Amino acid sequence: MVAALEVLAPGLHSTVQDFGRFGFQDLGVPVAGALDPVGLRLANALVGNRPGEAGLELSYLGPTVKVAAASARIAVAGPVRLALTPADGEARMLDPDRAHTLHQGDVLAIGAVAGAAVAYLAVAGGFDLAPVLGSLATYVRAGLGPLGGKPLAAGMVLPLRLDAAPTGPDLALAEPFEYGLGPIRVVPGPQADAFTDEAMATFLAADYTVSKEADRMGLRLDGPVLAHRGKADIVSDGLVSGCIQVPGNGAPIILLADHQTAGGYAKIATVISADLPRLGRAVPGTKLRFKAVSVAEAEQARRALEREVKRCIEGLRDAGIGAGIDLAALYGNDLVSGMIDAISGEGR
Amino acid sequence: MMAALENTGARNRMGSMDILRITEVGDTAFNVEFGDGIDPETNARVMSLCRAVRRARDGGGLAGLVEVVPTFRSLLVCYDPVVTSRIAVEAEVTALVATCADSQASAGRRWRIPVCYEGEFGPDLADVAAATGLAADEVIAAHCGTEFFVYMLGFMPGFAYMGDVPAILRLPRKASPRLKVPAGSVAIAESFAAIYPWESPGGWHLLGRTPVTFFDLERPQPSLLAPGDRVVFHAIGAAEYDAARRDSALVAPERLLTEAG
Repeated sequence: MVAALEVLAPGLHSTVQDFGRFGFQDLGVPVAGALDPVGLRLANALVGNRPGEAGLELSYLGPTVKVAAASARIAVAGPVRLALTPADGEARMLDPDRAHTLHQGDVLAIGAVAGAAVAYLAVAGGFDLAPVLGSLATYVRAGLGPLGGKPLAAGMVLPLRLDAAPTGPDLALAEPFEYGLGPIRVVPGPQADAFTDEAMATFLAADYTVSKEADRMGLRLDGPVLAHRGKADIVSDGLVSGCIQVPGNGAPIILLADHQTAGGYAKIATVISADLPRLGRAVPGTKLRFKAVSVAEAEQARRALEREVKRCIEGLRDAGIGAGIDLAALYGNDLVSGMIDAISGEGR
Repeated sequence: MMAALENTGARNRMGSMDILRITEVGDTAFNVEFGDGIDPETNARVMSLCRAVRRARDGGGLAGLVEVVPTFRSLLVCYDPVVTSRIAVEAEVTALVATCADSQASAGRRWRIPVCYEGEFGPDLADVAAATGLAADEVIAAHCGTEFFVYMLGFMPGFAYMGDVPAILRLPRKASPRLKVPAGSVAIAESFAAIYPWESPGGWHLLGRTPVTFFDLERPQPSLLAPGDRVVFHAIGAAEYDAARRDSALVAPERLLTEAG
């Protein structure tokens, strides 16, 4: 028997992602990859994987999967509700941000991602899928990636590299990762001079809101429009995640992982890489403010983020014996249910 | 001074080698611009630096370089700020400009691409003829009589921006884009020609359709076209188109290549 996770329900939009398919943008192939690479790293660290191992990116609502292996160590990083129906035993809630060793026939139902757009599921050893152009990132628009470049669908089988969970304890985050607060930091350019001084001042002072037009390609923002000095069109040039392009209507769009490789709209600024995970997690309605920094400051911020992630991973602790809390115990304990409510952002 | 530089997001390098300017693209990339316009000479400089950067990387240099993305008039240099820094990468890249300034651009490969301009395959042919004051045959003759130059790939995997459309065929994009342009559509807009490798939305004028596959993961080089290549179109009938759709070996890359470059 091939060890696998069977997809019983796909969730809203669940895709296999790693850190992205770099090296083929000159052929027009988008990078794709995890919207929140920190979340993917944490999920991988919880199950002992290397940082860039491919996991599942779960958008808004997670899938339900059944373990078809002797056992599997699984972790979901992010604010999400997990319900385990063991092959032999009572259904119970499991905590996110920690590993769980599941067994043959166990069914894990991943609920709504609360207060963030994405969460990440990692399995110890990783998925046994063939890379496409060197990567397991999924780019749905061109059907590029594992599983035919498609999101999860009911009935899909996700093969695993390991037949059984490795020995050793299930690890847990000591505390949820702090993604930071405050303004989103940007480096002005590459076409800052295509905008009026007033537009730049407005951009750096006004409140913007993530609109409902938010997906893996980018976030369209609601807020004050930004005037170009001349035309909005430029000679198309290369793009990175975080580029803030402003079409002729003046409404900024922050490009994310699935952005095209080149674009012809003037870009007022680029979100620094340290703040991209926050944007990858941003849901419609999220308020944003921008602050200009230099390239050197941006690089320092990114290195500081790396230190924070490393510190968080070094602080992983043994989650102890037992893979969760009985529902009865949960409901009988105001303290714990209060914590679950705080994490999920909704009442029980 | 620094504040002024940051406000424009650009630093003028005029007079320093061939670079017009280097622009800021956050802390993971910067853009080396060789001009403001679209022409093969500027593009050749971009490609020349692109090759030089790759050679340097393949030779063990440029630690932390992630990739380079050539476009019409600029080279996007992507780096990992955890491993290296903008200052270090920019210094190495600008040093390479001097070494590649005199290098001859390679002639690129030359492809002969069959196109069926008939009926439903060329839904905008009649409109283009009307708008340009030409007969449909004259539109086809002008399209087939031009050797197109591949400036860059983008928009979607394998999509080549080619130029230059002869002046008599130049039209603005369609006022209302199509929601679905069929894969293989051969199109023009303004000074550009292109082939849609995938079904997608699109606002270009569709002159015909080719049975050729332009992006195929089974090939060692997934994209048929690369920057610097040249493309000539020739007209085929619907029967020939259908035959090639049934048997892709008839339009295998080696059959379309007329000069290896």
